[in-house]
Amino acid sequence: MLKSSLALFLKDVYSELRTRYAINALVMFIIVTISVILFSIGNEKISDFLTGGLFWVVIFFSAMSGLSRGFVSEEERGTVMTLQLTAKSSVVFTGKLFFNLILGFSMNILIALLYAVVFDTFRISSLGIFVCIFILGNIGLAVSSTLIAAIISKANSKGTLYPVLSFPILLPLMMILVDLTKSCMGGVILQEVMVEIAILVCYDIIMLAASYLLFEFIWEY
Amino acid sequence: MYWKIFLFLLMSFVIVAGFCFPIVPVPAHWYQFPLIPGLEEKARIIFFHVPTAWLTVIAFFFSTYFSAKYLRNKDWQDDIKAYASAQIGMVFCILATITGSVWAKFNWGSFWNWDPRETSIFALLLIYGALFALRSALDNEEKRAQLSAVYNLISFITVPFFIFIMPRIMTGLHPGSAGDEGGSGPIVNFKMNGNMRIIFFASLIAFTILYYWIYQISSRTLILIEKNNRKLIEE
Repeated sequence: MLKSSLALFLKDVYSELRTRYAINALVMFIIVTISVILFSIGNEKISDFLTGGLFWVVIFFSAMSGLSRGFVSEEERGTVMTLQLTAKSSVVFTGKLFFNLILGFSMNILIALLYAVVFDTFRISSLGIFVCIFILGNIGLAVSSTLIAAIISKANSKGTLYPVLSFPILLPLMMILVDLTKSCMGGVILQEVMVEIAILVCYDIIMLAASYLLFEFIWEY
Repeated sequence: MYWKIFLFLLMSFVIVAGFCFPIVPVPAHWYQFPLIPGLEEKARIIFFHVPTAWLTVIAFFFSTYFSAKYLRNKDWQDDIKAYASAQIGMVFCILATITGSVWAKFNWGSFWNWDPRETSIFALLLIYGALFALRSALDNEEKRAQLSAVYNLISFITVPFFIFIMPRIMTGLHPGSAGDEGGSGPIVNFKMNGNMRIIFFASLIAFTILYYWIYQISSRTLILIEKNNRKLIEE
């Protein structure tokens, strides 16, 4: 099964790299969002923790813009039926999840770098813990986003519906991440945030299990 | 039929008792409430605010139950029942938010504080809203039933976290949050005075039976409308 999912993932990567307009649009979206935040802050001095919160705002909206591509592009190109015939639902989900994971990671690393350059108040004291929550947060984001993308790919107003459906599912994740980012910026040792990292891991595992169980009902019709 | 009469009597008793039983410093009879410093007359809202929040969670639970049943049987009546329950849940969610806001205003000073429980009820509002938005964006009936059932189940995973876990582990204004010395609050710890407890549980039971009644009428009406539509299409 892993080979089939890998093949599906590679197919998505190649088709995105062939035309590249989607990746360009995503990079431009990230730059535009950060610019909008910069312009709305203007010359005001904002607190460090606020920049931490805004960091996850940019990540959320970039994810809402980019992570639905896996399923929506299949619907637009009309290849959904072929995919349903060729692969099992768990294989499809694994392939699309892997694609969204890689896409999400690349986008978020780019966002983190740009953010650190643009906002000089965005200084992380405990870098190791931040990397840890960054990875766990990305996994949670990708898992939930992939499932909701599968749901909205069959609906009418896909673009507007995607953030509406995703936000309640991602809200626990976002709250924990913002809180942990705040702690990381202030400087913290592992023992103090053990509970919250445990919650992050639990969220990831629960959403992963639920997505695998429910994807079959979305995909097979 | 008899349970409807029973509900009428119980609810009338709860409303009359909630509003008219006197609040005295030292309760002597069974029909007197104790004076809580800081709340005095305004403590009466507990009989109406907590049951609406309780009803929101119950309605959502039953909506998810019927969604799960739909995914197993593909029976369109289960989807309608889930929809009816979600509608009732939305109404009571709005009511809980409004009554909670009013209580927050006179107890803690402002209408909205982003206290964990307030955040949870807002998240629940968003989940219900997203469910209805999804339903209106799908034209095909089977797809609509299937996808809203899946979304219902997914969002139900986050609900126990919001309603039961988060308000107890985070610091907040509601009783029972992390920094509160009283423990798990007046309801779980049963620290409410005995007289108030009777009316409070009577209120909970009355509201639950009320939900059942509204749900029966609503689901039966919607099923009849759908049956009628299908007969018209077949003719």
